[in-house]
Amino acid sequence: MQVPARPRRWHILVFLLPAVIVYSAVMILPLIETLRLSLFNTVDGQSTFVGLSNFQVLFGDERWAADFWRALKNNFIFFAIHMLVQNPLGIALAAMLSIPKLRLATFYRTAIFMPTILSFVIVGFIWKLILSPIWGITPFFMDLVGLKSLFGPWLGKPGSALITVSLISVWQNVGIPMMLIYAALLNIPDEVIEAAECDGITGWSQFWKIKLPLVLPAIGMVSILTFVGNFNAFDLIYTVQGALAGPDGATDILGTLLYRTFFGFQLQLGDRSMGATIATVMFLIILAGVSLYLFGIQRRVRRYQF
Amino acid sequence: MSKARISPLRSGFVHLALAGYTVVALFPVVLTIMNSLKDKNAIFRTPLALPTVETFSLIGYTTVLKQGDFIGYFQNSLIVTVVSIFFALLFGAMAAFALSEYRFRGNTLMGLYLAIGIMIPIRLGTVAILQGMVAAGLVNTLTALILVYTAQGLPLAIFILSEFMRTVSDDLKNAGRIDGLSEYAIFFRLVLPLVRPAMATVAVFTMIPIWNDLWFPLILAPGEATKTVTLGSQVFIGQFVTNWNAVLAALSLAIFPVLILYVIFSRQLIRGITAGAVK
Repeated sequence: MQVPARPRRWHILVFLLPAVIVYSAVMILPLIETLRLSLFNTVDGQSTFVGLSNFQVLFGDERWAADFWRALKNNFIFFAIHMLVQNPLGIALAAMLSIPKLRLATFYRTAIFMPTILSFVIVGFIWKLILSPIWGITPFFMDLVGLKSLFGPWLGKPGSALITVSLISVWQNVGIPMMLIYAALLNIPDEVIEAAECDGITGWSQFWKIKLPLVLPAIGMVSILTFVGNFNAFDLIYTVQGALAGPDGATDILGTLLYRTFFGFQLQLGDRSMGATIATVMFLIILAGVSLYLFGIQRRVRRYQF
Repeated sequence: MSKARISPLRSGFVHLALAGYTVVALFPVVLTIMNSLKDKNAIFRTPLALPTVETFSLIGYTTVLKQGDFIGYFQNSLIVTVVSIFFALLFGAMAAFALSEYRFRGNTLMGLYLAIGIMIPIRLGTVAILQGMVAAGLVNTLTALILVYTAQGLPLAIFILSEFMRTVSDDLKNAGRIDGLSEYAIFFRLVLPLVRPAMATVAVFTMIPIWNDLWFPLILAPGEATKTVTLGSQVFIGQFVTNWNAVLAALSLAIFPVLILYVIFSRQLIRGITAGAVK
């Protein structure tokens, strides 16, 4: 119920102000300022409005374009591997966990979610050690299944490094889709399942025909979270492959490119304008993805009211 | 669904698959901790064996504690995380209360404005954040990190808490008003204690990305005195790549606090994610 309109309700302002100030000053204004900086560059020591020429340089200039397009392409591959491996795996694990009266379900759930809470630094280094040919853990296991000949220094080869890093990231993050879809599966009312069982729909076909359509909104949500997370990723690649995202830039994604560009690395000097330009491109990509989700997918997905 | 209709064969397969993946999830961490307690020869000769009396060694840990200021890093991480969560929760709860309790012009718009940060990562503004922190003289201070993480945590805190505050009974608040409580007293003494479970959920959620973040410590506070555990272990391990004892010990030291907290809070965390669906 509302307080009858008093002349000035200062307390509303007092309640809102701290959050609005911190949020605006540290998040929204810098974001806007970054977008604005992408339209400026230093000409003769002065910051000058240059229109879209920073973007022209990023997309077309030989010093930048190759790096940028490669990072963009790698980022899409990174995302594709998450969508193809992490999310189906998460759905499968959630489907198994949600079997009623499954013993040890809490234990499995807690254990499988555990990597998600570790920092990228820990995860990155652990996998670097495990995959290292020096330690020989991986070759040993591959020998057990007779595949030792297939082992290689995967993180060091341009052809396989990106896939390997993506799979490490999948290993770490699979807990999130698992949990969200698990929750959605548990929210399906028993009556719906019972009705399906009365109609003879059980097991496999019950999962495909009844449960999966009902958890589609959760899958949509997981996909957009994956998208935003992947196009903003940095830490794992920095830890495993360094700021140069080696070998030979094979694992360079937008996050690492942004870091090198605006902060500088080794011989490369930091370039604020180009950094802001890359951040703006990332912003537009994420905005496009989120808008597509909010206006295209989320509204079309049929929701069932129970 | 009360009938357990699953055949023993199928449930056997399910257990096999889940247990298999559990091993995949736990193995790397177990392997690291196990080997951190062995001497160098044993690490390479028998990496899969548990440490025995002959192979047990704490040499890695002594190296790490001698060389790196892990206790200092740990303190920094703790200060940054706790203070950021405190402010994100306090300011977030206040804003959530204003949005859910009062009808005023611009309410919906304000809600949308504060929700932008749920989807748009704060990292994208880093260029200007660094610029601002340099101008304010806050580079290499924990304050810079606290400000950033408070802002980062606010959107989700406001979103979740305002959902919860809508469920607090109006009668209770109106009774308070009739008794002459101010709006502030209603918030702090009536509403806040009632949404404590939701605050705990938000706290756990906010904590993990702050504790684990590498990006902002690397850019805003890379100095020795302000390094967080995440950045500290990153730098330390980078220097000691060939000393396997030290690397494994440093990794284990970074894992332990998180692991202990996870064991304590995993129910809370998982219940938060699954929002009441887990019984």
